[in-house]
Parts: sequence; C-alpha cells; structure tokens
Amino acid sequence: METEFTPWLSLAGGLLIGLATALLMVTRGRVYGATGILAGFFNPESSSDWSWRAVLLAGMATGPIVSMFFTGSMPAIDVPVSTLALVIGGVIVGIGVTFGGGCTSGHGVCGMARASRRSIVATSTFMIFAVITVYVVRHVIGGI
Amino acid sequence: MRLIVTYTIGLIFGIGISISGMSNPAKVLNFFDIAGTWDPSLAFVMGGALAVAFVGYKLVFRREAPLCEPQFNVPSSSVIDRKLVLGSAAFGIGWGIAGFCPGGALPALGTGVTEVYVFFIAMVAGILLAKTWITRGVLSQNARTA
Repeated sequence: METEFTPWLSLAGGLLIGLATALLMVTRGRVYGATGILAGFFNPESSSDWSWRAVLLAGMATGPIVSMFFTGSMPAIDVPVSTLALVIGGVIVGIGVTFGGGCTSGHGVCGMARASRRSIVATSTFMIFAVITVYVVRHVIGGI
Repeated sequence: MRLIVTYTIGLIFGIGISISGMSNPAKVLNFFDIAGTWDPSLAFVMGGALAVAFVGYKLVFRREAPLCEPQFNVPSSSVIDRKLVLGSAAFGIGWGIAGFCPGGALPALGTGVTEVYVFFIAMVAGILLAKTWITRGVLSQNARTA
C-alpha cells in the first residue's frame, strides 16, 4: 500500500525526538534508547530508577493523544502485515535489540550523535537487514 | 518536580514519534521498500533527530554532570562483537517483518490499537527470552571457548 510522502511532519517529529534525547541527557544523564528504558523498567536498579522510567514511558504513551492538538487526529497505525508477522517480528525484534544492546533510538540517534563505533556498526547493520527483509518478504515471497 | 520534567521529556518524544510516522508500520515498511512503494519520509525523521541530538549532546557534555543526577551514565564500550552484529541483524529482520521498532511501538501503545499490543507483548517475550540466553552465555566469548 502507498503512503503519503510527509517530509515536513517527519522532519518536525525528528526534531522533537532529538530535543527529547538532548533533554534526557541534560537532566538524567542517560541515553534515550527505547530498548534500554524498557528493559530497565522491568529490571530496575532501585525504586527511583524504576520511577523515572515509568513516568518517561507514560509520557511517551500519551504522545499520540496530545499530538491530536497539532495534527487534528490520532497518528495513523496502518498494519499491512498479518498477526503472525507481528508476533514473529516482535519476538525477533525483542531478541535482536537485547543482544544488539539497542534499537533505532539508542543506536540510531543517541549512539550516532555520540559517534559511537558500536552504534555506527549496529545502525548500518539493522538498516541493511531491514531493507533486505522487506525486499525478500514483498518481492520474493510475496507477503507474510 | 523532577518526575514532571521527565514525564514532559517522554511526552515530547511521544509527540515526535506520533507526527513523524515512525509508529505507522505501513510508512516504516515503505521506507525500506526501495524497489516498491518507497516513501523516503523516515530519512527526515532520522536526519532531524540526529542533527538536534548531535548539537544538543555537544552542549550538554560541556557540563560536569547532569541536572538531576550526580553523574552522566553513558555506554562506554567500543567492542564490536558477535552479539552486537548478530543482534542488530536480527533486529533489522524483525523490524522488516513487523514494521514496528521499540521506539515507535511504545508511544503507539497510547493509541489503543490492538496490533500494537500484539507486537509489544511478542517483543517483551523476546527481550525476556534473550535475557535468559545471555545469562546462560549464549553468543558470549566464554561459551565459545568453554
């Protein structure tokens, strides 16, 4: 299915993500990696370590509702894949980000912004494999 | 007060993800589908986020310490090992299959859309599974030499 090219909204969203990344570092001294925040939420070092993660996650989850004030509607969630693909993909994502030590936000934004060698390798790897996977799923297999 | 500030930071991130399209699998998968219905929007998300984070970090790291904590807590490892490469490759494959990444899915939980919860539960199961494997030494150098 086609999606509309939205350079300005996407750029604006990216600027906000970058702003939140810088603000979490100046206040908490932490990288804004969704994987790390979530993993620490399930396995916190202390009760205060848990509480900042919990409110950060709560803030993230209220993002779609508050974004209605800017865009007039909830963000579109169009899922062009099967439930089976969501489950299989979800498990593989969970395993991958845990072994890889981060995801798009942690490696792709925070790590790249610090010019971390690990993050440059990780980001190049997951982007290339995502492109290959979508090519195979859509143009070789014909959908999952 | 500190928690309100942290909540607001999460909210800024969540609004950014919401308006950028990162939590929309159709848009994410089209970004990767260079040979098909390509939608380059997400390059603008990554570019915008990276530019602000890069300049922001430069300013932040002039400080001795963050505002709410005694010290910065930043990953310091520079080791390129099998865990990093194979884990990242697996993440890319899963992202290409499902269309959600962790940073896109967490804010999307707030939309109440069922598919987001299906992905989220599967992802958490994968995280917990991987943690038990790591505890047992799967993919670690020790496991190979033992």
